[in-house]
Amino acid sequence: MDGVTVPADDPHALRGLASDDPGSASMWKGPASKRIITGYGFWIFILSDIIMFSALFASYAVLIGATAGGPSGRQLFDLRNVVIETALLLASSFSCGLATIAADSRNATWFQVAMAVTCGFGLGFLALEANEFAGLIGRGAGPTRSAFLSAFFTLVGCHGLHVSAGILWLLTMMAQVYAKGFRADIQRRILCFALFWHALDIIWIAVFTIVYLLGSAA
Amino acid sequence: MLGKLSWDALPLDQPLPMISSGAVALGILAILAWVVTSGHLPYLWREWITSVDHKRIGVMYTLLAMVMLLRGFSDAILMRLQQSLAFHSQGFLPPEHYDQIFSAHGTIMIFFVAMPFMIGLMNFVVPLQLGVRDVAFPTLNSVGFWLTATGALLVNISLLVGEFSRTGWLPYPPLSELAYSPGVGVDYYLWSLEISGIGTLVSGINLVTTVLKMRTRGMSYLRMPMFCWTTLATNLLIVAAFPILTATLAMLLLDRYLGFHFFTNEAGGNMMMFMNLIWAWGHPEVYILVLPAFGIFSEVISTFSGKPLFGYRSMVLATMAICVLSFMVWLHHFFTMGAGADVNAVFGIATMIIAVPTGVKVFNWLFTLYGGRIRFAPPLLWSIGFMVTFIIGGMTGVLMAVPPADFVLHNSLFLVAHFHNVIIGGVLFGAFAGYTYWFPKAFGFRLHDGLGKAAFWFWLVGFYVAFMPLYVLGLEGMTRRMQHYDVPEWHPWLIVAAGGAGLILCGIVLQIAQLVVSIRQREQLRDLTGDPWNGRSLEWATASPPPAFNFAVEPDVTGEDAYWTMKQRAREQTQPNQPPDYRDIAMPRNSPTGFICAFFATVMGFALIWHIWWMVVAGGLGAFATFVVFAWRDEDEETIPAEEVARIDRRHLAEVSATTHQEAA
Repeated sequence: MDGVTVPADDPHALRGLASDDPGSASMWKGPASKRIITGYGFWIFILSDIIMFSALFASYAVLIGATAGGPSGRQLFDLRNVVIETALLLASSFSCGLATIAADSRNATWFQVAMAVTCGFGLGFLALEANEFAGLIGRGAGPTRSAFLSAFFTLVGCHGLHVSAGILWLLTMMAQVYAKGFRADIQRRILCFALFWHALDIIWIAVFTIVYLLGSAA
Repeated sequence: MLGKLSWDALPLDQPLPMISSGAVALGILAILAWVVTSGHLPYLWREWITSVDHKRIGVMYTLLAMVMLLRGFSDAILMRLQQSLAFHSQGFLPPEHYDQIFSAHGTIMIFFVAMPFMIGLMNFVVPLQLGVRDVAFPTLNSVGFWLTATGALLVNISLLVGEFSRTGWLPYPPLSELAYSPGVGVDYYLWSLEISGIGTLVSGINLVTTVLKMRTRGMSYLRMPMFCWTTLATNLLIVAAFPILTATLAMLLLDRYLGFHFFTNEAGGNMMMFMNLIWAWGHPEVYILVLPAFGIFSEVISTFSGKPLFGYRSMVLATMAICVLSFMVWLHHFFTMGAGADVNAVFGIATMIIAVPTGVKVFNWLFTLYGGRIRFAPPLLWSIGFMVTFIIGGMTGVLMAVPPADFVLHNSLFLVAHFHNVIIGGVLFGAFAGYTYWFPKAFGFRLHDGLGKAAFWFWLVGFYVAFMPLYVLGLEGMTRRMQHYDVPEWHPWLIVAAGGAGLILCGIVLQIAQLVVSIRQREQLRDLTGDPWNGRSLEWATASPPPAFNFAVEPDVTGEDAYWTMKQRAREQTQPNQPPDYRDIAMPRNSPTGFICAFFATVMGFALIWHIWWMVVAGGLGAFATFVVFAWRDEDEETIPAEEVARIDRRHLAEVSATTHQEAA
């Protein structure tokens, strides 16, 4: 760059000049990398999503006794089914972790295999959940039966919707890696997807404990 | 095929909504026709609609807010006229129409005026103050804006097609349940807010990440301008509170659409759960609105006093304290629910405690002014008007925090006067202060001073004339939302209040005049220095309007009041500066994703309101496809070469030194 001299009394000319204060960069080094920013932002989103679930958990807790003469959780919940669901979801988190490792080492084959396995476990989970819901509705214990069942279907169903959205995202990521390879922005999306999928596990643990375990015991 | 939609949805038998909505629709069509025929469409599409530049998006948010302010204010005028006439008579608005008007007024003013105004200012200013080139997620930012616009559009469609909610600005069940509100009004309300709520959440995530991760070198937390701190607090509140709103409204939607029993009268539904949930969002929402305004006042007062902000650290502490405490007071919105004396006492005391950090702020502002070289420009006038007005509103708020007093004042016009006192005096005055303060930064010329001052005085006096009578009326026992009444003592006060609304109308007309006159006289009002107010923070260190990349070279921050420090150092410096080291700058490419996504969201929202299920599916698929197409693009950035950066920056430097030398000579 050829030089342009600016008058010394012009404050604007000082912009961007390295400061003589050696402490300035040690206070804060400047904007973080894109990967950090993306991951960080997605963590904030997950936080907000968990708050949404906490509202649903809270209303479930308020309405748990409002069965309006209908069945309670103790009469309805089938723990065997729930244990299988839990196992499927936890296993899917493990394979999702493998997919992340494959993506980090840019191994497309293993990435696709691990994602496909994750998808399979996720679909299995959804099938069991749909089966449980259909069974409940068939027995006259649908969401319109009582406030308790409204809250139950909403809370568990909202998690199920999240898993469905996650599967849609998963398939999109598989297609993207297939079509575009491990580009930097795609790697960031894989990171976010993995965060999302693991967060669904955390929420499911809460559902399992608060809804099914406590519900069957009560 | 078209669900519940038929020709009956048009209000052909009601002249008032038909004429007003017809006029609005014709106006919009006329503007669109003008834009298309005069060939501005490609420019608008390229430079604004598809823009992912935080400055452009900020300006569009603010514009949306100002347009919706006109809509919300016309509702206010109708209500004041109705109540001034409806003594022993029905006035000119039938009850079902009056109920829609007060519901629309509240909904619009909170969600589509106050929110977008504040989010717009934060979007525009914060990256500049942090010394960075953009927000963390530029395309999502655009998506957030357009989803907010979708919500606003749906609310306005309800004026013409169907009806709006009649249940107040918060749809309290069981009134808002299908059994008592069978029409589409509540559905319009719910879907507008669900969609715009997603937009708000996106913008909250974006700004939190921007403030926490994207500050320029040396900008440690305790060197951030106060406005960045309040932005951080506000957006943390958005991230923590808006999901509760989304969940609560979703429960009401499930009740209405699928026969669930969250809040119904029968099958164990619990309507008081709605009050708790909605206010667990609603009270933080109050601070979501007012905290950015506090930040604006801090910037304005410090700039126009020529002093650093007094008690900066106590201000930071007070802001974060408010951020936390705002989640612990929600029950004061329904002391009359019957939670019992102990619960009410706890929340009453918590409410009084939250006045303490607010008081700290007021004293800090006063001490900032004390001994300063004060310039009474319009931004400072709004700030001083705010301080006087907000203190009155705050004190009536603390009064109502006393549960026994609240039992008397609950749902009376005293309450209405109180929250207008804090929202107009706090949020709106803050928005106007920010608008006049940062306008020259956005457009390169100042707003007309005289008209700005006249507008301020009309607003201030109009506010007092319109709302002080409401305190009296509340103490005289008048409840809110009355379509007619037959108490003779109320009538004169309501006439005075209508007069106050007329004064505010004059203020608004003057603001419009100010904008028009300023645009016409922009050459006289031009500011070439980029620093028209002798500012203290980094947004004033670049040109007005700033180039797309904000800063030719990312600034290096060495202390509080970053730009002020630089100016001081420049004055002491005797050696000519080395030219900066210009480099290539990569900026995000424009994208129509936000606009197209919002288009599909509008289709989907409208279809959901009218039960047109195939259209819901089509809208959903369209939105998903938009995102996939966006994800598939190969180049998401474009590079501005160093020569171009250097050219733009040198031109600005030349303008600056020409202006300063002119002034010196």
